[in-house]
Amino acid sequence: MSILIGRDTRLVVQGITGREGTFHAMASQAYGTNVVAGVTPGKGGRTALDGTVPVFDTVAEAVRQTGANTSLIFVPAPGAPDAVMEAAAAGIATIFCITEGIPALDMIPAVEMVRAKGARLIGPNCPGATSPGRAKVGIIPAAIHREGRVGVVSRSGTLTYEAVQAMSDAGLGQSTCVGIGGDPIIGTTFLDVLQLFAADEETDAIVLIGEIGGAAEETAAAWATEHLADIPKVAFIAGRTAPEGKRMGHAGAIISGGAGTAASKVSALEAAGFRVAGSPTELPALLRDAGYRG
Amino acid sequence: MKLQEADAKSLLVAQGLPVPEWAVAHTVAEARAAAERYLAAGNDKVVIKAQVLVGGRGKAGGVQLAGSGDEAEQVASAILGMDIKGMTVRKVLVGPAADIVAEFYLAAVLDRAERGILLMGSAEGGVEIETVAETNPEAIIRVHADPNLGLLDFQARELAFAMGLRAHLKDALRIAKGLVTTMRAYDADLVEINPLAIVREAGPDGTPVERLVCLDAKITLDDSALARHPGLEDLRDPDEEAPEDKAAREAGLTFIKLDGTIGCMVNGAGLAMTTMDLVKRAGGEPANFLDIGGGARADKVAAAMALILSDPKVNAILVNIFGGITRGDEVAQGLIEARAQQTRDVPMVVRIVGTNGAEAAVLLEEAHFETAASLDEAAEKAVAASRAAGAAA
Repeated sequence: MSILIGRDTRLVVQGITGREGTFHAMASQAYGTNVVAGVTPGKGGRTALDGTVPVFDTVAEAVRQTGANTSLIFVPAPGAPDAVMEAAAAGIATIFCITEGIPALDMIPAVEMVRAKGARLIGPNCPGATSPGRAKVGIIPAAIHREGRVGVVSRSGTLTYEAVQAMSDAGLGQSTCVGIGGDPIIGTTFLDVLQLFAADEETDAIVLIGEIGGAAEETAAAWATEHLADIPKVAFIAGRTAPEGKRMGHAGAIISGGAGTAASKVSALEAAGFRVAGSPTELPALLRDAGYRG
Repeated sequence: MKLQEADAKSLLVAQGLPVPEWAVAHTVAEARAAAERYLAAGNDKVVIKAQVLVGGRGKAGGVQLAGSGDEAEQVASAILGMDIKGMTVRKVLVGPAADIVAEFYLAAVLDRAERGILLMGSAEGGVEIETVAETNPEAIIRVHADPNLGLLDFQARELAFAMGLRAHLKDALRIAKGLVTTMRAYDADLVEINPLAIVREAGPDGTPVERLVCLDAKITLDDSALARHPGLEDLRDPDEEAPEDKAAREAGLTFIKLDGTIGCMVNGAGLAMTTMDLVKRAGGEPANFLDIGGGARADKVAAAMALILSDPKVNAILVNIFGGITRGDEVAQGLIEARAQQTRDVPMVVRIVGTNGAEAAVLLEEAHFETAASLDEAAEKAVAASRAAGAAA
């Protein structure tokens, strides 16, 4: 079954005619994702991806014509929040926003509209998701995956690749890997994804990759204590050596006023039964230690 | 981007908020002149405050009172040039010393968990909110602004009543709403007034009146939104930006200088932090956090290399690239070019995997780079190289 994306995903790519949009829409299609439409305002009527995908002026039109249910956004930062709201208004159920550098306050009404429409937003500033063997929506390199039953959730992009690669190399395949994004205002949190994994029949173990800043890891850990007691789970937290008061690249990755430290996250996760790795490469062995036999 | 108190106050004034007057002085003479002006206007004392972008100015002696021109000169000469948490004080704010009746705390912040703007108020002003949150969490009143409409009047009233500002309701309302307006007007992710204070002043007829004013102000701007506020770029304080930070910003690199000896070049913030952590774990000390971003090519790699080498303490370099959007061969090519221009010879350990990683491996092999397959191995090799260089030096 996997979570968020799968064989029933019908993908519309917003910003499909741009450099990144074209490249990654093509990679998603090559992976087997059903890319049904593209949207670039003013370029409706054309086709993209070597004539295989129709381009529309609006998401609403794309939904009417193709039954798209999932959107992937590569629109540059100034227009990205509007692209998210357009997708939600058009009835798209699952919206992935890859765009980075969106002003945080712009995301507040966008997230609110997504919530009001009953849609789900992943990101922004995220790498998207892959359900190995089923669908890939976003920019995670296809080659690192392996089909399996471990759910992976992370705030980061390349660090996720590192962890997934380590898992695949060790023979541990994934049900779904999802990057939720490194911005302060994001649509889907660790907690949301853990809840989805908990309800997924095809996910038997969990890998959580967090980083300093905020309290989302602690919130997720508190929920996991009660609801994920019986599932093998491991975690990694980036930024153990990060100095206080400095933004470590991600707009959300900052320790302020003593809150958001790696130590706080590690202890919350350990208390919830996660085994916390000192390096992403240790995750597979720790998952085995936790009793995962997949 | 953090703003100096004086600049933050200017933004508040522009939004119509009550802030007592002030002047900024860069020299002792300027400070004295400003102090004498305020004293001549009938103020008993002036306050002189260090303008540095770190907390704890007061404890460090960076905030002092003066009652005469001579005293102001003494105080200003003590504060100017003072080192506060590694920052040298290059200017001071001078203003009439307030006759404080009561102090409060009020701030508008970005609330990640609720995905909105959170107003936090407390009757315990003048102390750090983190302290209040620990010792007396019930004393903090929290109100979330409407995602579309901002802070509504009734919300501001609820906040004001709960903070005990009934006697100053109108001003409290104006200030609370003004903080949210300020936040949205300039794309700030923090607007903090600590203290918000009831001060006693001489009224028009000489009899004392009390009014609610913003005595201190702290504003942090969202770096992602600076492009649409070109005027705010002028508020970036050149005194507080190290040359390497400026170079990094202009090259589009995210760079944070640290104290160690191993220069790190990584793509992606999470992986960059992890690389630092693993260097430390292997017994070394990272010299920096450096994220070259997604899709970096030769020019960025060259800029990153120059930045790392500008730190004389760096005696080994670790390059860790996991290609997704970034193409490994383009980074490898960039490294080869950067090394050819390198002014000093520093051992380098390179790990490039992911997109076009195989092509990168061929290029690195031909150019005789020291490479590593895994992240842990790369960190260990870099630490060993740094140790050897340290021992040889």
